[in-house]
Amino acid sequence: MSESNTIHLTLRVWRQPNAATPGRFETYEATNISTEMSFLEMLDVVNDQLALNGIEPIAFDHDCREGICGACGCVVNGQAHGHLKGTTLCQLHMRHFRDGDTLVIEPFRAKAFPIIKDLVVDRSAFDQIIQAGGYISVKTGSAPEASSILVPKKNADLAMDAAACIGCGACVAACPNSSAMLFVSAKINHLGQLPQGQPERYRRAIHMIEKMDELGFGNCSNHLECEAACPKEIQFVNIGRMNRDYIIAKLFHNEEAF
Amino acid sequence: MNLDSKVPSGHITTKWSNHRFEMKLVNPANKRKYQIIVVGTGLAGSSAAASLSELGYQVKVFTLHDTPRRAHSIAAQGGINAAKNYPNDGDSIWRLFYDTVKGGDYRAREANVYRLAEISNHIIDQCVAQGVPFAREYGGLLENRSFGGAQVSRTFYARGQTGQQLLLGAYSAMMKEIANGSVSLFTRRELVDIVVIDGKARGIVVRNLINGKFESYSAHAVLLCTGGYGNAYFLSTNAMNCNVSAAWAAYKRGAAFANPCFTQIHPTCIPVHGDYQSKLTLMSESLRNDGRVWVPRKQGDTRKPSEIPEDERYYFLEEKYPSFGNLVPRDVASRNAKEVCDKGLGVGTTKLAVYLDFSDAIKRLGKKVIEERYGNLFDMYEKITGVNPYEEPMMIYPAIHYTMGGIWVDYNLMSTLPGLFVLGEANFSDHGANRLGASALMQGLADGYFIIPYTIGHYFASNTFSKIDETHLAFSDAEKEIEQTIQRLMSIQGNRTVDDFHRQLGQIMWDYVGMSRNEKGLKYALEKIPEIRDEFWKNVKVTGVSNDFNQTLEKAKRVADFLDFAELLTLDALERRESCGGHFREESQTEEGEAKRDDENYSHVSVWEYNGPNLKPNFHKEPLIFEYVKPSQRSYK
Repeated sequence: MSESNTIHLTLRVWRQPNAATPGRFETYEATNISTEMSFLEMLDVVNDQLALNGIEPIAFDHDCREGICGACGCVVNGQAHGHLKGTTLCQLHMRHFRDGDTLVIEPFRAKAFPIIKDLVVDRSAFDQIIQAGGYISVKTGSAPEASSILVPKKNADLAMDAAACIGCGACVAACPNSSAMLFVSAKINHLGQLPQGQPERYRRAIHMIEKMDELGFGNCSNHLECEAACPKEIQFVNIGRMNRDYIIAKLFHNEEAF
Repeated sequence: MNLDSKVPSGHITTKWSNHRFEMKLVNPANKRKYQIIVVGTGLAGSSAAASLSELGYQVKVFTLHDTPRRAHSIAAQGGINAAKNYPNDGDSIWRLFYDTVKGGDYRAREANVYRLAEISNHIIDQCVAQGVPFAREYGGLLENRSFGGAQVSRTFYARGQTGQQLLLGAYSAMMKEIANGSVSLFTRRELVDIVVIDGKARGIVVRNLINGKFESYSAHAVLLCTGGYGNAYFLSTNAMNCNVSAAWAAYKRGAAFANPCFTQIHPTCIPVHGDYQSKLTLMSESLRNDGRVWVPRKQGDTRKPSEIPEDERYYFLEEKYPSFGNLVPRDVASRNAKEVCDKGLGVGTTKLAVYLDFSDAIKRLGKKVIEERYGNLFDMYEKITGVNPYEEPMMIYPAIHYTMGGIWVDYNLMSTLPGLFVLGEANFSDHGANRLGASALMQGLADGYFIIPYTIGHYFASNTFSKIDETHLAFSDAEKEIEQTIQRLMSIQGNRTVDDFHRQLGQIMWDYVGMSRNEKGLKYALEKIPEIRDEFWKNVKVTGVSNDFNQTLEKAKRVADFLDFAELLTLDALERRESCGGHFREESQTEEGEAKRDDENYSHVSVWEYNGPNLKPNFHKEPLIFEYVKPSQRSYK
């Protein structure tokens, strides 16, 4: 373990009882925070103090605390998942902050992610996009022998790079347009890189993109904030590849979509 | 209590295929008349929901998360086993079966394990077809690696994120069915009760976590796919929301609990670093393929690891177990780490850690290869500890990771409560007293994709069902009952937080019901747990209101259930006066300190039947008979 220190922080936290009630920032002191703690453990400590003082703890989504489930995430000092590159909030440790820092903590804000409470938002729009076509249609039991499908290592690697997306929504929160194109392109390229994904490739692109538009996500205008915020470092190039699929789909495969 | 395992007759290699033929079928046109509730959306739940919907059943799926993809299966790193024998290294269905029975220290049902091994190959086929990006060789074929407890390479993997990729495969299959309209998805709902009508599980009551309201749903069968109970120990590698409440509700409604004391301690976790710690992080067992485990030979050696010369290092696994070396099964690796730390050879500030060293592998294979194999794990380690494992050895220590015990099920995965099926980690079935690495993913998917679609049809076709819906009194009674519990929790307004109680319980469990257990300690735990529970119900503080999004209340209900359940776990550990697998009773060990089974007296599944609040549960045994794998003292030397 690296050397442990104790720091004191001031938190300005977004509190909002529910979607219908306006929210506001509240200020809390976070004292005696070990630099070995994760950001969420720091919030646990603050929440315990709040609870003992009869104040309702700050609501935030979290689960695995290993950076893989995608449940956690909020905006810290203007950056989704905080300032550390390629890191979910649960894996951001307090050694990356300095004694006396003020941290402004807000939920992921986007029209398509309505606030449920405090830092908790509703990201079910992502599920709806996947339902629109983020899969390969194969029924249980109908699969051919695994080694009958050859996948060049390069394609398998590129597919895995894209498939690493954890669906946290940081890309949407970071984008000035609240675009979900990094998320959508990650799934389209994961499946589009693989031979198994070819039969539905263009149909998938049309359906997922149209669903994304319908749900109120914005369009990409090349700010690349999504890539910078992505805790899994999903690359922006995926959006270009997705656009290519979409254009080809619209030009040559539009009838397949219906 | 009738514990008929319903294992089919015939030779073990033909049991499952004969059974599939003998089971009754539901006519395709009639399937849509049956409603099935699936609780939990991990590998077992998602794969079951997708597969059952494809058959034509009406499926309702419930998860306490905001989306099904968060389930903790997602965190499994290392891989999934299958008996494909692609590497041509001598693997077979029989060997996977044998390894799993032996790895489980002869405390699993043989027929179930054989079926698991048989199905394993179909799982890989299915997942590849779904687009799971497994690791490939340059020729485009699937790559394998080795894992603990096996001498063949049979583990398929997708970098260090195999669980994630398999779960996303099952999740997307389920999403496809939601789009088709035959699966309805209910997120942010937590099961609070199972409704039994005419002796059959016919529905559930859930709490809507957004508004705190109770909702009832009826069905013809209920599938619990709600994972394990490792969080009874507070600190574990389980996700924060993993809990025993659904299984506990099932137990209280008549589903017997089997082998609760079979808990798995994973040897390679990042050590505890402070009181505020909320959970422990696992480092995949696959690291033991290339990492060497050691401690200094001298007590109190404070030199940096790089300054300790080779001959002053104690590679305790390699020395004690030359044929398996660093790849001994998890229980053996964990106990040995504890043993060297107990001898004062531990490293790090707490002295409760051992080194996992990659310097030899980096020298032999180059940094690039190691990065390719374990890059994300190394990054994760560095993020958490602030130490770069390419330069310094990792420090690891065992932690609670998986629970082999669970709701008792028969060969058809049905519990002792008719109509309640239990899949994945939530059941007790296939891993005996110790699970081998890369076998949890295999079991979750086997249950969901390839077993329940057959066995549930047989249940429907051989039973008649009264016509009921959510207006049945049993639902409103269950809602009233849970409302009272919730109001009781809200009204205490004491001085201690929920986590404070959970931590206290966890400490007792880890100290006395953890890696090694003895009669005195277990009896002490059985005194302490009710004390903590009594205080909890007098002095816990739950803030906010009940008809709202209230995470403190969610936790309080789960901890209340853990406080009940922990007693059962401990009781089971006390009752089993032998060592086997992950259950190490100090009274029962060989001269070399290895776990010593007592087949004469304990070759059975311990099954506990609920008997009412504050009453000792009834104890039953399902005898285990080994016809094909002759139990022997497990040796990995």
